[in-house]
Amino acid sequence: MNLTLSITNNIHNWLFSIMPEGVASIAEMVLIALVYLAIFAVAGLYLVLLERKVAAWFQLRIGPNRVGYWGLLQTMADALKLVSKELTGTVKADKFLYNLAPYFVIVSSLMALSVFPFTREFQAFDINIGIFFLIAISSIGVIGILLGGWASNNKFALIGAMRSGVQTISYELSVGLSLLTMVLITGTLQLSEIVEVQKNGWLIVQGHIPAIIAFMIYMIAGTAETNRAPFDMVEAESELGAGFHTEYSGMKFAYFFLAEFINMFIIAAIATTIFFGGWLSPFGITESIPWLGVFWFIGKTFVIVFLMMWFRWTFPRLRVDQLLTLEWKYLLPLNLLNIILMALIVWLNLTIQF
Amino acid sequence: MDTSIANSNLKSEEYFINMGPQHPATHGVLRLLLTIDGEIIKKVEPDLGYIHRSIEKMCERDSYQQIVHLTDRMDYLSSHINNEAVCLTVENALQLEIPDRVKVIRTIIGELTRIASHTLWWGVMGMDVGALTTYFYGFRDRELINDIFEETCGARLTMNYNIPGGLMFDIHPNFVKRVKDFIAHFKTKLPEYDTLLSGNVIFQKRTKGVGILTKEDAISFGASGPVGRGSGYSCDVRKHHPYSALDKVSFKEILRTEGDTFARYQVRVDEMWESMSIIEQLIDNIPEGEYKVATNAVIKLPKGEFYQKVETARGELGVYVVSTGTKNPYRVKFRSPGFSNLSLLNHITVGGKIGDLVATMATLDIVVPDIDR
Repeated sequence: MNLTLSITNNIHNWLFSIMPEGVASIAEMVLIALVYLAIFAVAGLYLVLLERKVAAWFQLRIGPNRVGYWGLLQTMADALKLVSKELTGTVKADKFLYNLAPYFVIVSSLMALSVFPFTREFQAFDINIGIFFLIAISSIGVIGILLGGWASNNKFALIGAMRSGVQTISYELSVGLSLLTMVLITGTLQLSEIVEVQKNGWLIVQGHIPAIIAFMIYMIAGTAETNRAPFDMVEAESELGAGFHTEYSGMKFAYFFLAEFINMFIIAAIATTIFFGGWLSPFGITESIPWLGVFWFIGKTFVIVFLMMWFRWTFPRLRVDQLLTLEWKYLLPLNLLNIILMALIVWLNLTIQF
Repeated sequence: MDTSIANSNLKSEEYFINMGPQHPATHGVLRLLLTIDGEIIKKVEPDLGYIHRSIEKMCERDSYQQIVHLTDRMDYLSSHINNEAVCLTVENALQLEIPDRVKVIRTIIGELTRIASHTLWWGVMGMDVGALTTYFYGFRDRELINDIFEETCGARLTMNYNIPGGLMFDIHPNFVKRVKDFIAHFKTKLPEYDTLLSGNVIFQKRTKGVGILTKEDAISFGASGPVGRGSGYSCDVRKHHPYSALDKVSFKEILRTEGDTFARYQVRVDEMWESMSIIEQLIDNIPEGEYKVATNAVIKLPKGEFYQKVETARGELGVYVVSTGTKNPYRVKFRSPGFSNLSLLNHITVGGKIGDLVATMATLDIVVPDIDR
């Protein structure tokens, strides 16, 4: 019995001892939701800080270092500023959709966060179609972007939103197919079981060549799905000003902004879970201390997040037609071939298992 | 085209969008009236006048010494070369004999200005195609040049170092050493520009074959500077009509024949190497002597018309002065490179995407105060 499980069990027992069963389970759900909201807020804020620091390192700058030690409270201060800002909007905007849009984006990324196994016991809900759930949920976010761009009554925002629609729909295909390639090895869609399978070696090792191809496709498509450079057509500040969130201010803008970073975290977390063994430690070195799994999970995720930040601060942006060419003419056929290759490897039992 | 779509009731409609005067890609207060069909550009109309300050009219009010200071504010990235143009006009009109020391120093600082302008342009070029990091690399090297200027001229941007008859003051004792240090530094950093941006596949895909300007069009639109030379039009004023000490140095005129955005990009990067070579040839041989010749406190140009052209970082800057023999010019006209280069924009961007427009505009290297004056 380990630490996290005993704490959660104690809370569970305590809640059920002081309340009737129905109320207790609702209270428990609210509690879990609050924990995830807290994770969401803290992760979002510190990813923003990390991005600013990483950008500074790439750009011969120091980055934020005034608020708190090493600038650790900078993004908190920014969030406070955004909360206190006036919510502006355009006169002829479709008010209902305009106000609704940020919630689509933020809710979809919150929901996606709930299925990750941070460690064996730290998972809000472990459904047997985990990967499908993730793909389905992450595509809801684009509705928010489309609505935001459409309802803003701003042509720049509309162009950004339309680009986003085209881009996300195209690249979701690649994300989904590259994940399905890996499912051929695991034989399950349940995220916790996918991690268990990797006790015999991380999937990127088990699946060797096709797994590496799938990982590269996944990283390209994942970066495109989070609308980050070099695929930041949606915002493209030198072309569209700010793209779909041009007309948003204050907290509504912050929702879009935070969701972008959480989505980046989610893409990295999926990669960690599917390709790099999730919370498993390399060679099982810390297997005796299960709660360390959280650190392995977060650590691996942050390496991939750093990789995505590296992309952003190094590459120029693609043009919108080149973006679609890349997906439909190169990534998608390659992906389909890769699935066949992976199927052959699994069929002929050529996977590497330790 | 798919006939089923053509025959259906689906139709696309062109729409109008206002890019600027406040827009990140227009580098200042340029307003572009775009007619777009989806992402494809149908028409680009630059709308000028947002930063018009009547500099030419103000010149008619001011004395010849004062005019020099106004020209800083035109193309602020080549302020030294603008100053030089006016000074050369006045000196030629007065038939002043300018000491060699002045000529050499003017040329060195002019080429440093060109490098500073091109490094800034390079940074902004990267930013326009989405690579924000280049901006800081460009500024890192530009800062060093600005420090040199600050030490010698007392200003970093609007330098006012030239006066009719010579220079405002002599160079700082550290000048030669710092310029040499800079050249040594920049020689190691300029290859970084290529590895970071020029060699990038995405960047090449974005720029090659985009915004093509033929040589004939370049000539008929009056393109000059790197824009003209990227299309193979030999238009370097430094080569064809050398001024100051430029006839004493040997340098290549960078010409490329492709005429696309990447060619214009490459011309500017290569020009930085040539500017460094010019500075290297002159920096060890700055002649001793006076840093200015005495002029009358009130300069009166002889009656007549005077014209002088120089090569700024953006192209050919012409200064046309009509004098009636008084202490003020009767009429001053600046032929600014940015204005002619901007007139190309519609011609070379129609049919491209919004992203192409931004990339093409970046290689025209527009400085809006230079266009509006």
